[in-house]
Amino acid sequence: MKQIVRVASGQGFWGDLLSAPIDQVRGGQIDYLMLDYLAEVTMSIVQKQKQRDPNAGYARDFVSLMREILPDCIEKNIKVTANAGGVNVKGCADAVREVAKDLGLFGKFKIGMITGDDILPRLDEFLDKGVAIKNMDTGESLAEIRDKVQSANVYLGAQPLVEALDKGAQIVIGGRLTDTGLTLAPLMHEFGWTFEDWDKIAAGTIAGHIIECGGQCSGGNCQFDWENIPDLANIGFPIVEAAPNGEFVVTKHANTGGRVNIQSIKEQLLYEMGDPKSYITPDVVADFTSINLKDDGENRVKVFGIRGNPNTDFYKVSIAYSAGWKAVGTLVYSYPNAFEKAQAADKILRQRLEKLGLQFDVILTEFVGVNATHGHLAGAPPKDIPEVQLRFGVRGQNKSDVERFTKELAPLILTGPPSVTGFAGGRPKTEEIMAYFPALIPKSLIETKVEIIEA
Amino acid sequence: MKIELTKLAHARSGDKGDTANVGVIALKDEFYPLLVREVTEERVKEHFGAMVKGKIERFELPNLNALNFLLHESLGGGGTLSLMTDAQGKTFSTALLRMKIEIDDDEAKKLGVL
Repeated sequence: MKQIVRVASGQGFWGDLLSAPIDQVRGGQIDYLMLDYLAEVTMSIVQKQKQRDPNAGYARDFVSLMREILPDCIEKNIKVTANAGGVNVKGCADAVREVAKDLGLFGKFKIGMITGDDILPRLDEFLDKGVAIKNMDTGESLAEIRDKVQSANVYLGAQPLVEALDKGAQIVIGGRLTDTGLTLAPLMHEFGWTFEDWDKIAAGTIAGHIIECGGQCSGGNCQFDWENIPDLANIGFPIVEAAPNGEFVVTKHANTGGRVNIQSIKEQLLYEMGDPKSYITPDVVADFTSINLKDDGENRVKVFGIRGNPNTDFYKVSIAYSAGWKAVGTLVYSYPNAFEKAQAADKILRQRLEKLGLQFDVILTEFVGVNATHGHLAGAPPKDIPEVQLRFGVRGQNKSDVERFTKELAPLILTGPPSVTGFAGGRPKTEEIMAYFPALIPKSLIETKVEIIEA
Repeated sequence: MKIELTKLAHARSGDKGDTANVGVIALKDEFYPLLVREVTEERVKEHFGAMVKGKIERFELPNLNALNFLLHESLGGGGTLSLMTDAQGKTFSTALLRMKIEIDDDEAKKLGVL
């Protein structure tokens, strides 16, 4: 058994630095590369892509990345765990096989495919069986929004990933796998941890939580001493060096920018945190109040003492459903009296929308430069504020009303307060809104499938 | 005397649906008891006023010398429903650090924040 396993984070979200995973495989020694591509909103986007084109519905960026790093991964025996499969894991795996053929690497490795998370085709079966699927926040039942559902995915944990790795997969692709499982599974596979070693499972989960947002734990978006964090242009993404006893060090490759220290790790630990005593994943209930941190040298933080409790009998389900339309547009007003001009424009626009009889659920005006981030806490702006951006948004059930609004912004340039600019982007775009319906479903109802294919 | 929380803590915030979370971390370990005493659910509620429509929950992490706050109904519906610039609550961290903390001169001197 290895005494140290290195899991590197290559992608904190779909759209993160394209160079980061390449730097991770080439900048030093790693054993695993974990790549997180899915946010809640992503599942409904990929579901729509698949409806238009049955071959789509996964993160194409992942395939481009494999074209770049597959030779490195094969040569150095680096394994990859990724939730890049979206709602078309097979399509994603096939695309990687094509890449392998193009590169002359076909036959040199195995791909693990994990499915079963996409329960959109099974929703009616569950409803017919009388399975209670209720919104965790509001108590609303699924039947009330069933006709508007766009995607429905269970968050799968580390178990199927471990199975794929145990069966020799080098690249493991799934759909809605939890971010934390992508890091935990390699450690379970290497160290033989099982779903009885709750403290270790919790440790691997917290390791995953720390690195799942990529550079956000190695100096990115870090408030502590941000002015002095070196060379963010070349930020090194985080790497976990884990030991069989569950202790681990968070670090990054030598000769990279950014900073890993106790403060950067603390900030990331608290990111999107709920009750710290019960951080619930499909794998474990981890206790963040048990975490100990210790400085372990430059850009190294040791994490130890973690405790966990047995996992629950439920999976979390994320259901996205259509909930109307929205559009947001902006205009910029300049000194003198920039704020007063923007306020006057807002008033005129509201009068015109009312005259048109348009129906909206919400109208929101923000004045960027004055109150868009800190609201009233920011106080009154200085009298001589050089410019203010009027940001005006509407949301409603009627698409045509929202579209009509988008045509009312540009006319303000010639028919409203003076010294206005910033309209070069054209009319605002009307977007469909996806609302979220988080729920729990018994694990016993979900059938997870692990397939290994040659590539 | 009054001092701004930003002299005592750093923070990070994020979202879960329509709830923002703010993790507040003592800049020095010895500041933590002061944070526990002064940065209460009630004071945070009062600080944010209309920006937070729901309740405020606070959790203590003495191991990290940190507090975690959940600000319910603060993101205009959250996710893609929200029209706000900061629909993900990323800047609620610095908004909370604007809070003024009451501290007597002796204590301020002892903690080195005068």
